[in-house]
Amino acid sequence: METVIDIQHLNKSFGTHEVLKDISFSVNKGEVMTIIGSSGSGKSTLLRCINLLEKPSGGEIIYNGENILDDKHDIPTYRRHLGMVFQQFNLFTNHNVLKNCTVGQIKVLGRSKEEAEKVAMKYLKIVGMDQYINAKPKQLSGGQKQRVAIARALSMEPDVLLFDEPTSALDPEMVGEVLKVMKELAMSGLTMLIVTHEMEFAKEVSDRVVFMDKGIIAEEGSPEQIFNNPQQDRTREFLKRTFKVVY
Amino acid sequence: MSLEWIVKIVSENWQMFLRGAGVTLYISLIGTVVGAIIGLIAGVIRTIPAPEHGVKKWFLLFVNFLLSVYIEFFRGTPMIVQAMVIYYGSALAFGVNIEVMAAALIVVSINTGAYMAEIVRGGIVSVDKGQFEAAQAIGMNHLQTMMNVVLPQVVRNILPATGNQFVINIKDTSVLNVISVSELYFLTKSVAGNNFRYFESFFVACVIYFVMTFAVTRILLYFERRLEGPDNYTMVRGEEMQPAK
Ligand SMILES: Nc1ncnc2c1ncn2[C@@H]1O[C@H](COP(=O)(O)OP(=O)(O)O)[C@@H](O)[C@H]1O
Ligand SMILES: [Mg+2]
Repeated sequence: METVIDIQHLNKSFGTHEVLKDISFSVNKGEVMTIIGSSGSGKSTLLRCINLLEKPSGGEIIYNGENILDDKHDIPTYRRHLGMVFQQFNLFTNHNVLKNCTVGQIKVLGRSKEEAEKVAMKYLKIVGMDQYINAKPKQLSGGQKQRVAIARALSMEPDVLLFDEPTSALDPEMVGEVLKVMKELAMSGLTMLIVTHEMEFAKEVSDRVVFMDKGIIAEEGSPEQIFNNPQQDRTREFLKRTFKVVY
Repeated sequence: MSLEWIVKIVSENWQMFLRGAGVTLYISLIGTVVGAIIGLIAGVIRTIPAPEHGVKKWFLLFVNFLLSVYIEFFRGTPMIVQAMVIYYGSALAFGVNIEVMAAALIVVSINTGAYMAEIVRGGIVSVDKGQFEAAQAIGMNHLQTMMNVVLPQVVRNILPATGNQFVINIKDTSVLNVISVSELYFLTKSVAGNNFRYFESFFVACVIYFVMTFAVTRILLYFERRLEGPDNYTMVRGEEMQPAK
């Protein structure tokens, strides 16, 4: 199996607060991995360390056989191979939907405007937002914004797409439309690393599930194992708490 | 009777007043535009994330220090004094007599730049952090992030403050009379010096200043409204599902 990103002994501290402790795992090509865990366990920090929005305090991130934490690596060049979808969408408010999906392609990847628009339209169609290319972000609902944000990330044709709780900021009635798009992407063979609180969704789409607790990976396994036959007490407790809250 | 004098002064000296008003507007406009550009550049430099170590870090710290000195200095001294120092100082320092107009443009530009730098920094900080991160996440560097995402929003946000600076400049260029720039105040002084009707002459200047600042305020308001853009978007349907211009 081809590895896209290999994380080795990753650490992250904010001051004296150790948020990530010796995290190791790898993301394989075409695989959908979900990260679950209670709030404050370090899930967002882990994703942000992977695309270097936070600088890890220690460990290695191997991409294409090289440790990108070496000084010689250019961070923007590395980042264009990773897509990121944020909880708060973070669309560029000065651009319309189409331009949100083309500006990175044109400025970062050097694509022509025509090519960029063609690519953008392809992905906007996939997320069902191709009719809204002229709309500004503030004119869209939360679910629509998040679907545009997904199209923006896809338009860069990244090797792996990172999602940080993509539905947590949405009104309940909009969660479905975003999860539906993500399910389709998962089926299409896209490599995805998803932080989510949507357990049913995680169960359904994941090839592997990582359960994080207090900055460590407490358990990692198939969705079958994690949800139906968890090996760790902590995992069991988390699931018990979560499902009690949800149902 | 004053009114008669005013009519007489205007009819005899309207060309002087017009020229003075033109010079005042010219210096204020160039000064505001150049100042805004200085402010934008300073703002971009001052928000570069600090490199962890190495020569780059020290160089950036040094540049930021120079920028702070510039901003503090020009905000902390009166423009009338700056004009004197730059006009007479340039002769002393470089042995060149710069033209008064050049000195005037330089003084107003860098003075405005110092104020705009702070305004721009405020504008950059007010763009939500998420958009910076989204731009970084698709691989943009600091300059690309600024040019394509942040500055277009900043420019819109600081437009009122820039207009305000323009209005201040229209009024404050009057201090340039100390280096004999032929702006409105300076020419009014010479009109009054010829006819000894100080009140009437300066009353005319007063009205002209007000008309200029009022007009500029209105025009800028119009542009601000237009920049906000339409409230609606058009849906693209069926065959016309092409990127629209
Ligand atoms: N920029 C930061 N500075 C200091 N502490 C932070 C910062 N970001 C996150 N943390 C802390 O790190 C811990 C993990 O946060 P986070 O990764 O956001 O957790 P999760 O996404 O799992 O809810 C929390 O205790 C949080 O307070
Ligand atoms: Mg989080």
